[in-house]
Amino acid sequence: MTALATPDVIELAGHTQRDDATVAVRIDNVSKTYGSGSGRLLAVDRVSVDVHSGEFVCLVGASGCGKSTILSMIAGLDKPTAGSITVTEGRPALMFQEPALLPWLTVQDNVELPLKLQKVDRVARRERVAELLSLVHLEAFAGKRPHELSGGMRQRVALARALAQTTRVLLMDEPFAALDAITRDVLHEDLARIHATTGITIIFVTHNVRESVRLGDRVVMLSSRPGRVVAEWDVNIEGPRRIESPEVAALSVLITDRLREEIGRHGRH
Amino acid sequence: MAVTESRTAQVESGLDQLDLPAAESTPWPRRALRIVVPKLVAAAVLLGVWQLVVSLRLEPSFAIPSPGAVWSAFVHQVHIGNVGTAVVTSVLHGAEGYAIALLLGTPLGLLIARVQVVRLAIGSLISALQSLPSVTWAPIGLLWFGLNQTTILFVVVMGALPSIAGGVVSAVDQIPPLLLRVGDAMGARGIARYRYVVLPAALPGYVAGMKQAWSFSWRSLMAAELIVNGGSLGFGLGQLLESGRAQTDMPTMLTAILLILAVGVLVDALIFAPLDRSVRRRRGLSAA
Repeated sequence: MTALATPDVIELAGHTQRDDATVAVRIDNVSKTYGSGSGRLLAVDRVSVDVHSGEFVCLVGASGCGKSTILSMIAGLDKPTAGSITVTEGRPALMFQEPALLPWLTVQDNVELPLKLQKVDRVARRERVAELLSLVHLEAFAGKRPHELSGGMRQRVALARALAQTTRVLLMDEPFAALDAITRDVLHEDLARIHATTGITIIFVTHNVRESVRLGDRVVMLSSRPGRVVAEWDVNIEGPRRIESPEVAALSVLITDRLREEIGRHGRH
Repeated sequence: MAVTESRTAQVESGLDQLDLPAAESTPWPRRALRIVVPKLVAAAVLLGVWQLVVSLRLEPSFAIPSPGAVWSAFVHQVHIGNVGTAVVTSVLHGAEGYAIALLLGTPLGLLIARVQVVRLAIGSLISALQSLPSVTWAPIGLLWFGLNQTTILFVVVMGALPSIAGGVVSAVDQIPPLLLRVGDAMGARGIARYRYVVLPAALPGYVAGMKQAWSFSWRSLMAAELIVNGGSLGFGLGQLLESGRAQTDMPTMLTAILLILAVGVLVDALIFAPLDRSVRRRRGLSAA
């Protein structure tokens, strides 16, 4: 195992802040507190991360690291208590662990809704929906309703819907956590392909270290209670990756060890 | 890359076929039979017991007339045109009151559901009104509007409106928060938020409220027609029942009661049950 972890494919880096013109999302010294007085809870503590245009960044951490809070704030559904978040590439789309499709709409109409809300005209809408459904290999299911689909298919519809909303920044909150291993594997391939072909910026939250290395260009680890950036790794693996790839396994071991160390600090001594 | 991609697509399409929920269906004649037969058996048993009680002569025949006597009374009332008039009059009055309740109750319910101040002010009043028998409004209506159609409408509206408004409130409250969140994340604001997310999401609960409100309207109407009698009023099923009572004509009274029951059941079976079923089926909420 360790023999495969050749030092040149794994680079430990501490450069969270990148002064580059192509930054798509800048999280600058962001803190978030909930409640007030003695019930005050610091969920996110001075987190700074720059995400480049077209980059695939995975945020990993245990429970209570504020992953979801950070995504909510980037999506504009929540406001930081301190610091600032700048999204240079329009309003990001947000995907959840549940597909959260509207059960009264067909697959076609679900994917079309964000375009309708953006007042895209009818013909262009139809065209775009057809394109997106073929991107997630669901063109044959356009007329089905969500309850007629499997969990993995629903999540692919949700992905198409998110891509209908934006072509620039996609935020994903443990989107594959509820799926079985085979389906998740196929969805990893779909997402990697879509990232490669569309060049969309992706911020992907997960507690599955292996998944983060399988998918990400960079893995950022957050500590828990409060959430702080504690480490990050660039994933320099050439060529197509699989969840079983030895390089993926090797880096996952490193990251998992670091994560366990972080979690251990919360135990009773 | 192209080769891997097409292989992935192949695997994916295989998974899709394996994972699709299998749809099973019973042929509809058998399904219809399964639904209808128990009802027919129950009706036959009821008629048998009724006939038996009459045959045993436990009570004088004016108190418990035979099924045959009720049937003759029904045929007689049909002949002199009372049944047609009464059913049409009552259904029209019921529908009118129900429509007014729907028009007033829906916006009222939305207001209570979405505006915190309004909810705090009158939310519990609406729940309280739901448990108030609407016939208590009849004497008040008589004083306000007099012995006329308006009083009956007033009672029906007061009976149905709290159900409609209450139905809207609980329908909106029960929308899964995730759907509202996804609407927000998609950028649905203001009217678009209501049109595309809130209202359709609330529809199943709303339809359930509509169904309940209809039965409240119908009950209120019958109570009102029994109490508010004479004057410039039309001749409805309640008045048919009351006219039977005035003449101690038990077969006519039972005819009226059975008609009231039949209309209530038919409206539910022909309008509200199919509406409810189609809304639920479209969302995969019911197995049928």
